[in-house]
Amino acid sequence: MREVAVIGVGMTKWGELWEKSLRTIFVETALQALDDAGVDKIDSMYVGSMSSGIFVGQEHIASLLADYLGQTPIPSTRVETACASGGLALRLGTMEVASGMSDVVLVGGIEKMTDVNGYEATYALGTAADQEYEGYHGITFPGLYALIARAHMEKYGTTREQLALVAVKNHRNGAKNPLAQFPFEVTVDTVLNSVMIADPLRILDCSPITDGAAALVICPVEMARKMKKPVIKIIGSGHATDRIALNQRKDITWLEATYQAAKQAYAMADKKPEDIDFLEVHDCFTIAEICVIEALGLVEKGKGGKAYEDEITFLEGEIPVNTSGGLKSKGHPVGATGAAQVVEIVKQFRGEAGERQLKDPRIGLAQNMGGSGGSTVVHIFEKE
Amino acid sequence: MPTPSRYWREIPQRYRLEAKKCKSCGMVIFPPRLICPECKGREFEDTKLAEKGKILTYTIIRVPPHQFVDQAPFAVGIAELDDGVKLTGQIVDCDFEGLKIGQRVRIEFRKIYDEGEAGILCYGYKFVPE
Repeated sequence: MREVAVIGVGMTKWGELWEKSLRTIFVETALQALDDAGVDKIDSMYVGSMSSGIFVGQEHIASLLADYLGQTPIPSTRVETACASGGLALRLGTMEVASGMSDVVLVGGIEKMTDVNGYEATYALGTAADQEYEGYHGITFPGLYALIARAHMEKYGTTREQLALVAVKNHRNGAKNPLAQFPFEVTVDTVLNSVMIADPLRILDCSPITDGAAALVICPVEMARKMKKPVIKIIGSGHATDRIALNQRKDITWLEATYQAAKQAYAMADKKPEDIDFLEVHDCFTIAEICVIEALGLVEKGKGGKAYEDEITFLEGEIPVNTSGGLKSKGHPVGATGAAQVVEIVKQFRGEAGERQLKDPRIGLAQNMGGSGGSTVVHIFEKE
Repeated sequence: MPTPSRYWREIPQRYRLEAKKCKSCGMVIFPPRLICPECKGREFEDTKLAEKGKILTYTIIRVPPHQFVDQAPFAVGIAELDDGVKLTGQIVDCDFEGLKIGQRVRIEFRKIYDEGEAGILCYGYKFVPE
């Protein structure tokens, strides 16, 4: 297998982009990645999108986007694993470059979510749950994570305040990210007094509905060196599944797919959790980030909440999590999120993260999750 | 949203609580599968879900999907039935404040929501506190 590097990143301002269509948002972002990489010709592309069919009534977007990017007739593939679609696009593109089938591949993700109203969007996101045995009974995504939160609080004594601290930390980081949808700070009080969505989760425990895209250009490490690019290597990749219905799992509070995907990625990279300098993880809800850091092995099972009181995951902490602001503050255009996490990791490696810049990080990890944890993709990156 | 054929084929589970019991490990499986998730066995006998259990976790849905707009707020939980099956459903005839993990519930047959795209009244199981 050839070693693979990320040589270009693209991400534009996220938010409610009323005036822009799905294709425009994606192409603007992809062009930024191609320009950043200094290439205008790619061999193949992979695009993550959870539900363009429900959100904008458009399927077959792989070819549509290749066309509007001026790249037909190259092969273009749409990838779907709910909110983990963007991360999976990177994994598949990486396999294609590693195998030698292609040299330069564009991977990314897009979701245009505000062309439908809030109830429709709630329904669309809900299709990532088991439609016959969860969705049928009126459960929503905040509802599923609320079920996890209540169980975690009961089993481990996780507190409402600890959940709020996840939002406080991510908004503090996001306030330093000019591309974030909600770049402002919140306090524990604001979170605890925000409107209830699905008890015990309030609106400020939830990631928002967002229009946005993210794109990356990858190529063999040898080629990146010849192009005199900063070499950011993909040294580990993992992908795992779990039962998509929460009620079918042995332990409602444990993200087995994240644990399994991380185990693969750590083994491939020959790294341990303590080797990781910083992470971008899937904080679709505050409780999700707490469960994720447990499943990634950063803290003991059940101790996730405590890590927020101790501030170890904060920007100045031992192991910063979601320096970009995470899904919570940066936004969560579902299919794009996995690729956007890698945009942040590359910016941190290159020293382009502005006010939220970490001091010379060497190893970063991205964890991207679909549904209530039914699929997870984990990548580990190293700056040469 | 159920079309008639989709609604019809789930009736054995939703109306009659039909489940399967794995002949090799004895696990009760709901909804039915072709392969036992526990031991990978492929032979089953028919059984019916236990009608009582306890709440494992719950929430109150205040922002519902569009077909449930007229019902919100409503409680949804996962119950573990006395045969070990875990099931998601609405918890009804209850005071939200009084709900707690571990609470005993029974299954009752109720209307789930009014109308799917094909004009079907949708029925199924809900949990009622004992």
